[in-house]
Amino acid sequence: MTTITADHHGDHAHDHHDADHKPAFFQRWFMSTNHKDIGTLYLIFAIVAGIIGGAISGLMRAELAHPGIQYLHLWAQTMEGPSATMDQAYHLWNVLITAHGLIMVFFMVMPAMIGGFGNWFVPIMIGAPDMAFPRMNNVSFWLLIPAFALLLGSTFVPGGTGNGAGTGWTVYAPLSTSGSAGPAVDMAILSLHIAGASSILGAINFITTILNMRAPGMTLHKMPLFVWSVLVTAFLLLLALPVLAAAITMLLTDRNFGTTFYDAAGGGDPELYQHLFWFFGHPEVYIMILPGFGIVSQIVSTFSRKPVFGYLGMAYAMVAIGVVGFVVWAHHMFTTGMSVNVKMYFTAATMVIAVPTGIKIFSWIATIWGGSISYKTPMVWALGFIFLFTVGGVTGVVLANGGVDDVLHDTYYVVAHFHYVLSLGAVFGLFAGFYYWFPKMSGRMYNEFLGHLHFWVFFAGVNLLFFPMHFLGLSGMPRRYPDYPAAFEKWNSVATNGYMIMAAGMVIFFINLIWSLAAGKKAEGNPWGEGATTLEWTLPSPPPFHQFETLPVVD
Amino acid sequence: MKKVKSLVLAGLLAFAPALALNGQVLAQDNAVAAAPAADNAAAPAESAANAAAPAAEAAPVAKVAAPPRMKPTEGIGMPRPGEVTLQEQFSPTGHTARWLHDVLLLPLITIISIFVLALMLYVMVRYRRSANPVPSKTSHNTLIEVVWTVLPVVILLVVAVPSIGLLADQYKPAPKDALTVKVTGYQWYWGYEYPDNAIPEYVSNLLPEDKAKANGEPYLLAPDNRLVLPAGRPVKLIITGADVIHAFAVPSLWLKMDAVPGRLNEKSVFIEKPGVYYGQCSELCGARHGFMPIAIEALPPEQFDQWVLSQGGSLKGATKTAQAAPAAAAVVADKKI
Repeated sequence: MTTITADHHGDHAHDHHDADHKPAFFQRWFMSTNHKDIGTLYLIFAIVAGIIGGAISGLMRAELAHPGIQYLHLWAQTMEGPSATMDQAYHLWNVLITAHGLIMVFFMVMPAMIGGFGNWFVPIMIGAPDMAFPRMNNVSFWLLIPAFALLLGSTFVPGGTGNGAGTGWTVYAPLSTSGSAGPAVDMAILSLHIAGASSILGAINFITTILNMRAPGMTLHKMPLFVWSVLVTAFLLLLALPVLAAAITMLLTDRNFGTTFYDAAGGGDPELYQHLFWFFGHPEVYIMILPGFGIVSQIVSTFSRKPVFGYLGMAYAMVAIGVVGFVVWAHHMFTTGMSVNVKMYFTAATMVIAVPTGIKIFSWIATIWGGSISYKTPMVWALGFIFLFTVGGVTGVVLANGGVDDVLHDTYYVVAHFHYVLSLGAVFGLFAGFYYWFPKMSGRMYNEFLGHLHFWVFFAGVNLLFFPMHFLGLSGMPRRYPDYPAAFEKWNSVATNGYMIMAAGMVIFFINLIWSLAAGKKAEGNPWGEGATTLEWTLPSPPPFHQFETLPVVD
Repeated sequence: MKKVKSLVLAGLLAFAPALALNGQVLAQDNAVAAAPAADNAAAPAESAANAAAPAAEAAPVAKVAAPPRMKPTEGIGMPRPGEVTLQEQFSPTGHTARWLHDVLLLPLITIISIFVLALMLYVMVRYRRSANPVPSKTSHNTLIEVVWTVLPVVILLVVAVPSIGLLADQYKPAPKDALTVKVTGYQWYWGYEYPDNAIPEYVSNLLPEDKAKANGEPYLLAPDNRLVLPAGRPVKLIITGADVIHAFAVPSLWLKMDAVPGRLNEKSVFIEKPGVYYGQCSELCGARHGFMPIAIEALPPEQFDQWVLSQGGSLKGATKTAQAAPAAAAVVADKKI
């Protein structure tokens, strides 16, 4: 898309002077102001959180493999002593679903997408030496640690029927207020506050960086689509998170200081919480997927050796998704008893989102059309993303219909839908990006065979895991149930088998990761050839500690 | 909407004392109603005991026996093992909605997914590096971009029309003579009250596994006491929550409504056929969220009246039943067009 005159020579000349002068270990990793190091920290954090969140889903799938309570009571007894009751076991279930949701959203996908890849590549792609506020960048990352500690710690303190916050990731009042005595929910709320503050700081940093620190010639309409996606995401974060903060602050005061924002007995309304939460929550799902869109656009273009088809349409489709994403929130609340006009509006508005999303899907295919495709691992993941995101997207159109949602709401159909767009969408985007940029970040090539094997095993696993959930939802199985009528057994056990295949895929990923870091072939500056046109490929792999001391000029 | 709701509520309040009186008078009829019901099965004994509780103080003169506890039909009003699609529907809006899903939405999303997959497979094979070593440089084509923007808009409009129609249908207020039943969600059971018939609230708990089995009912779907409703008569459910938010859901009647503390949500229901229709709480409500099942037992109208009397309720609607029948038929006819 752009031709680049980068400062290769400058970098090399300074390699052993200041450009590649790294601080000592503690200073470098604990007091970092370097966007690449902070990006690496984010990625490591996200991988750790992903392992925990993924393991929790393994516990849930184990319990759900067959009807009846198999392990839950045992786990409750392990955690809360031999006298743990069945109710405590059921509460533990709610703690597991809550933790899985919050960890995957706030501590896995967001840190990896925005904190990890965003930090690593936004400055490089726009030709900037670093983020606009390097110290704030460091604060953003380190706030996540206490946030995560609070969330994990909440599991060990009372939260109502048993230990831990068992409110679901949505933390609906009044279950989260009068329904959950004890400090666990307070800790979870504070965790969200801190994670939210971290994201707001990050968002400010990205917006400032992208708007002010682009290299000469890098106009907004020349920015790589990944940068566009992070810019839109940052605006969503900046506008949505304060609303979440307000909503959960009112939860805190309802819980601890006797206010009644969400209590009808004092003139409040539980529905207020849901409106506020979903005003944040719906943009949040685009916060998770938009950077994935950006990553996939880069990869598809690189491995097809073609510029992105309909670049402006792609960029403004993301802007449109971001804008419309703010006015559709109540489709999460179709069964709360809203008036018919409101429901009609939210049905129509929600369906509108399918239009910009369709533009993106078709533009990706058009980018490949006429290209010269090489099936390297990142491309395979990106293609998987496009198809699976389509499948997740079309079930969204079904759910958008308020009248149809009456039967599908809060069933496994919804679980299938959002795992298709997130677990098979965002996560495929993450893996695509990880393989794509791994040579750049680490300086070593990953193992191509293991990368492909990881894809196929993971692809088979997640589809086997999530596709049957459509059937469960259609036939009426509600979400967030530790046990179910015998009729639902077949597809539940299929899903659990799918989980095990997916887990095997993850083992392959980690083997590949460790092997590649230790013994991978050294990566060139641009391992992908002529299709890779963005600025990061003009730098050596890994890039010098400080890049672009002389700004590149983009024609 | 709001106006209608408040009017209805005002009406209910105004009639409350009268209803209560009626209830007192008729209560004596039902104290032993428990006995005939008890021979049905072990579990209903509990249920009958519960249901008869409000009349416990009344003089035990049994005149009306409750109809026997209806046996569920396998696969009707409940999920079938290994089912891949929606449950069979037994309400007019259920038919419309299922039609929308089965005839319009499901084929549409299947075609779109297959279309995208086919396009992808084509480009993946056709434009692999060995088949197409020199990439084209095309990056714009205004016509095709307009097409793939406008075409989805048209498709969505096609979907939106019946979808909005379905919503309008679902929100049609129940006729004035509809039977009003109040449903309350508690942690972790349901309460059912019949203000029209002066039957005070009785509660509905999970039927334990052994009893459900003995009863031939699906465990985790079967409660001890069912919500008894007339089939073929319009019913208005007033749904609320007592402690946290629950959701009253019966998939085979296309029915799901949150039970929110401090709110009275209204849902009009019309059950076409007598039968047992199961459902489950569908909003996370704490530890035993998965263990507060719902069962609607839809009785033929005359049996429903018998049930009302057996519970010590009054047939304030005795004349209404007659009027309601044609109205109900009209509704059905309307829906089938």
